[in-house]
Amino acid sequence: MLITVKLFATFLENRFKEARREYPPGTTVADVATELEIDHDLIGMIFIHGRAAELDRVLDEGEVLALFPLLGGG
Amino acid sequence: MPKVIRINMTDLSVRIDEAPEAWAGLGGRALTSTVVAAEVPPTCHPLGPNNKLVFAPGLLSGTAAGNAGRMSAGAKSPLTGTIKESNAGGTCGRMLGRLDIKAIIIEGQPAATDTWYQIRISSEGAVIEPEAETVGMNNFAVLDSVARRYGEDKGVITIGSAGENLMLISNISTRDPEGKLRSFGRGGLGAVMGSKRVKFITIDQEGTRPVPLVDSAAFKAANMVFTKALKDHPVSGQGLPTYGTAVLVNILHEIGGLPTRNFTSGQCEHHDMISGEHMYDTIVARGGEPTHGCSLGCVIQCSQVYNDKDGKYLTSGFEYETIWAYGADCLIDNLDLIAECDNVMDDLGVDSIETPVMFGVAMEAGILKFGDGAEVLRMLREEIGKATPLGRILGAGTAMVGKTYGVARVPVVKGQAIPAYDPRSVKGIGVTYATTTQGADHTAGYAVATNVLNVGGKVDPLSNEGQVELSRNLQIATAAIDSTGLCLFIAFPALDIAECLPATVDMLNARFGTKLTMDDVVGLGKTVLKLEHEFNLAAGIGPEQDRLPEFFELEAIAPHNVKWDMEQKELETFWNF
Ligand code: SF4
Repeated sequence: MLITVKLFATFLENRFKEARREYPPGTTVADVATELEIDHDLIGMIFIHGRAAELDRVLDEGEVLALFPLLGGG
Repeated sequence: MPKVIRINMTDLSVRIDEAPEAWAGLGGRALTSTVVAAEVPPTCHPLGPNNKLVFAPGLLSGTAAGNAGRMSAGAKSPLTGTIKESNAGGTCGRMLGRLDIKAIIIEGQPAATDTWYQIRISSEGAVIEPEAETVGMNNFAVLDSVARRYGEDKGVITIGSAGENLMLISNISTRDPEGKLRSFGRGGLGAVMGSKRVKFITIDQEGTRPVPLVDSAAFKAANMVFTKALKDHPVSGQGLPTYGTAVLVNILHEIGGLPTRNFTSGQCEHHDMISGEHMYDTIVARGGEPTHGCSLGCVIQCSQVYNDKDGKYLTSGFEYETIWAYGADCLIDNLDLIAECDNVMDDLGVDSIETPVMFGVAMEAGILKFGDGAEVLRMLREEIGKATPLGRILGAGTAMVGKTYGVARVPVVKGQAIPAYDPRSVKGIGVTYATTTQGADHTAGYAVATNVLNVGGKVDPLSNEGQVELSRNLQIATAAIDSTGLCLFIAFPALDIAECLPATVDMLNARFGTKLTMDDVVGLGKTVLKLEHEFNLAAGIGPEQDRLPEFFELEAIAPHNVKWDMEQKELETFWNF
């Protein structure tokens, strides 16, 4: 299945900003992070179509996944 | 003994008192709000002789505590009609701490309107003198003039032309360690200073000694724990120093909470052009500084120096709110233009939230086109800067422009512009906008942290559940932090790292020899909120104004297609504490 993955801030380094990638059915957010060599502990925010999700969430065909490190401002 | 300096602008006299015993545990916002609530008639005209302008360093100002360089200004706000506290970095808070000055209270008003004044504060006391040279000047020129006449090393508090012209978007500016500007931004306090006919104040710390500590070993130990927490937390230790606050652009876009085109969408197509990531790359490529402090002793350093394409200084202290407001709300897709607007706003002395949100409404009104950054710059310089009739309408702020041009979609609460987080998709911050004593203000209770950023737990941003309680707890904690002189960004580690807040209480105790507990500090936050609330009620600003503008209930926002739907009754439970 095709998943759009978006990366931000420090996760961009040596990776990509946005890419459509092929994953087997049953892939979780954690699997995507592992495949991209992103340390799970560094993940601060996970959004699927702009809604918060957890690492164990199983992805569906065509979904848009955004991964951010822990960040803040104000 | 700590001193209170009273500057009477009616008879041009100075009085220096010992600070009353009851003020011993108060600083920053707790003190400015206490003075305003006790001494300013709530029904007075904010620009009349009965309003008072109060400056107060925080309880930890002048010490070596990390991030303790903020200081508060307070008055009755001409923009909102409520009590107002606004805080800023710069060098003055630290100097006032060393001078052992607890507050500067500017009261009264000269009868004659043809003279301006300057006030100079030092260890000898204070002098008021007529001022001519800088009248009509904007802030950068005032700083140059003051540096030339009184020395580079003075603290400076000043108003630009907008404050002189009593505009409601005007702010009060203060010199930072590099000789640039920081602002007491919100609520039109520049107009209050202008109404007292004070052009600038200088602070001279010559001859002062380090702030005495009752237990310096305990202070050092607590400060080490505190500073370590600031460095260890990923937000304050890494995210803020690298990307500044603008890193929020992409986050808010992603979750659909980035108000765009005068609050008609939650996402902005050109978000990448105005993002913190893009800003970081640009700053580095042009030899600017991505990591920079607004005050001495800042450990987090969220600020930055942004250069133009020729590597020349364009602006500093370039904040998410400003970038959001021009970039998404006004649809200007050019970060250099936005940086130039930021610099011009600093110079004129206008609030960098109120002003661009006002432009969003002006664009909707058809005064200028969405996305037209060049015209914004022209209007800032030629209309607002010269106080033309149009400039005065724009300078009266978002609500006034909406009224003048018949716009129904006007994002304000109690007359103050709503900042960079859409309350329909980040409902916790909506509660803060509606209930804070200050008029719409995200810093009063930054529920975005827990709604979106996963700091201090998680509360679903799209649900109403738990939001009132979240906002209440944050508003209480914020009122306490604003009283210490600590920068609010210490809240990120404080919400997640258990030792962080107790270390600040330990520092207070070591500084003053007190035995405060965490409960006492929370109690201080509650007291401050309640006395501010009572002032507002007596000023005629009651629960019917603790609400968001109607359009948030009528118009669903993309992409989540959500409206503001919290019951007014639920909002009113905010004050049950
Ligand atoms: S973190 Fe930012 S706002 Fe806070 S004191 Fe440092 S530079 Fe100023």
